[in-house]
Amino acid sequence: MQILFQNRQPDRIASLEEYRNSGGYEALTLALKKYTRAEVQQLALDAVLLGRGGAGFPAGRKWMTVAESAPFPRYMVCNADEMEPGTFKDRVLIHTDPHQIIEGMIIVGYSVLAEKGIVFIRTSYENAARIMEQEIVRAKEAGFLGKNILGSGFSMEIAVHRSAGRYICGENTAQMRAIEGKRANPTQPPPYATEKGIWGLPTVTHNVETLACIPHILRHGPEWFKSLAATPTAAGTKLYCVSGRVNRPGCFELPMGTRLSEIIEDHAGGMQEGYQFKACLPGGASTRFLPKSFYDIEMDFDAMKQAGHRLGTGSIIVFDHKTCLVAATLNMIEFFARESCGWCTPCREGLPYIREILSRIESGEGCNDDIPQLRRMCRYLCNTYCALAPGAVSPVESLLTYFEDDVQEHIRQRKCPFK
Amino acid sequence: MIPDDLKETLQRQIAATDHPREQVMDVVFILQDRFGYLSDPLLEEVAALVGMTPLEVEEIATFYEFIYRKPVGRHVIHVCDGVVCWMLEYQSVLDYLRSKLGIDYGQTTDDGRFTLLPTCCLGYCDRAPAMMIDRKIYGRLTPERIDEILGKLR
Repeated sequence: MQILFQNRQPDRIASLEEYRNSGGYEALTLALKKYTRAEVQQLALDAVLLGRGGAGFPAGRKWMTVAESAPFPRYMVCNADEMEPGTFKDRVLIHTDPHQIIEGMIIVGYSVLAEKGIVFIRTSYENAARIMEQEIVRAKEAGFLGKNILGSGFSMEIAVHRSAGRYICGENTAQMRAIEGKRANPTQPPPYATEKGIWGLPTVTHNVETLACIPHILRHGPEWFKSLAATPTAAGTKLYCVSGRVNRPGCFELPMGTRLSEIIEDHAGGMQEGYQFKACLPGGASTRFLPKSFYDIEMDFDAMKQAGHRLGTGSIIVFDHKTCLVAATLNMIEFFARESCGWCTPCREGLPYIREILSRIESGEGCNDDIPQLRRMCRYLCNTYCALAPGAVSPVESLLTYFEDDVQEHIRQRKCPFK
Repeated sequence: MIPDDLKETLQRQIAATDHPREQVMDVVFILQDRFGYLSDPLLEEVAALVGMTPLEVEEIATFYEFIYRKPVGRHVIHVCDGVVCWMLEYQSVLDYLRSKLGIDYGQTTDDGRFTLLPTCCLGYCDRAPAMMIDRKIYGRLTPERIDEILGKLR
């Protein structure tokens, strides 16, 4: 069942008219005219809408942490800085039906009385930035943005902020500093963003996909939203991205909790000819490798957590049996080392050290002590302000857990056995 | 260094925001598009425009990947070395670009047309291998396609 992608068409975005014909902006009218702000928050909470950017935090609870007495103006930020390797769902969503994201932003804005909306978008999504700018103007012309929206007394403006390219800007606290025109180092809460965010004012940030779910929840209700999922504790649909050694890489809207095997085989066209599934990263580069023994796992927040894994962004990178996972992990650690903001010592110094060790192993110069040393490093790197370093060591730690034989084979043969 | 008419446009844009420094990256992008890279004199003018010290602007400019603090070619090629592209022919794309242009990462062709740089995952993993030139994405790269793309850029 296609909800977020109901207006998906090849090679063009849905127009405002098409979005409205499919029920678009009815939820905003309901929010402004029928529900109180507290009721809007309760609907999101009852719908078990969990943040789709990777953390899985309940959206409704986030809004409830903005105190009634909090100062103005308040900020509503749409995080479109999609830089998790393997993840491209937010880009596809903006290129498909941008008005549901705008409508979601206005509804969240109303629920916390945030008059300032900001879409934070990465450099390589310049087309998406232009689409958002253009459609924001159209929404305003139609009376959904600006002063006194639909006669409710609530006013809101949305601006697009273009980032200049750093992975860390996707992190909530770093992103707020980037918006202020400061160097984007993450800061450690408290204070939380919903209390003191941009310029010390309450700020609610959501991922693009989370925002797009909100109008549908308001129109059809929490029970309907929960019924969309494939598993009892999950809710809604999920935009799963599949990339790597499959026949039809792409972004697919499926019930939350769909089995990994079904996503890969039925939707992404299965493995390319001559290649076998070896492992995948289920939610971008900062999640743990899933070996074949997890091939039938239900891809939702709970099931993944129970299995000791993380759903992350739900962006599945598929690795085949001919690809060296030591080299793949080295590639990702190179990325994380480059993208570390450099603030916390374990991250700044630890990631290049892990890179050195992995690089030595991959080039056949590793020794037996390297494996326990890597394990220790993975543990130390969790002492940081933000989640970059703990995420960065997920592939390393899981490589050692599930594919230690591969690593040892590099050391024993004094070369990469895949070359 | 900034022509008067452009400076007035920028001043109006900055005046329209509550906090001038929120506009710092927008101003830098506009100037970089016009002048190619953010030179020291330009950086000082940006600082004056948004009410920051040159050091504060430098702190941000050197933080971001797509702000160039050194001269670059007319077109900057950013080759995606994210893990999906890496798995799917990144190395052959890079080798082809290197031999075709006769330059390595961080270098500019003698005619000033192209600069070659790596970049992290561009978010076009469904069209790997990919690269970005002048903020435009090109995916499913092959030698023929690279020839065609570069041929159109003067």
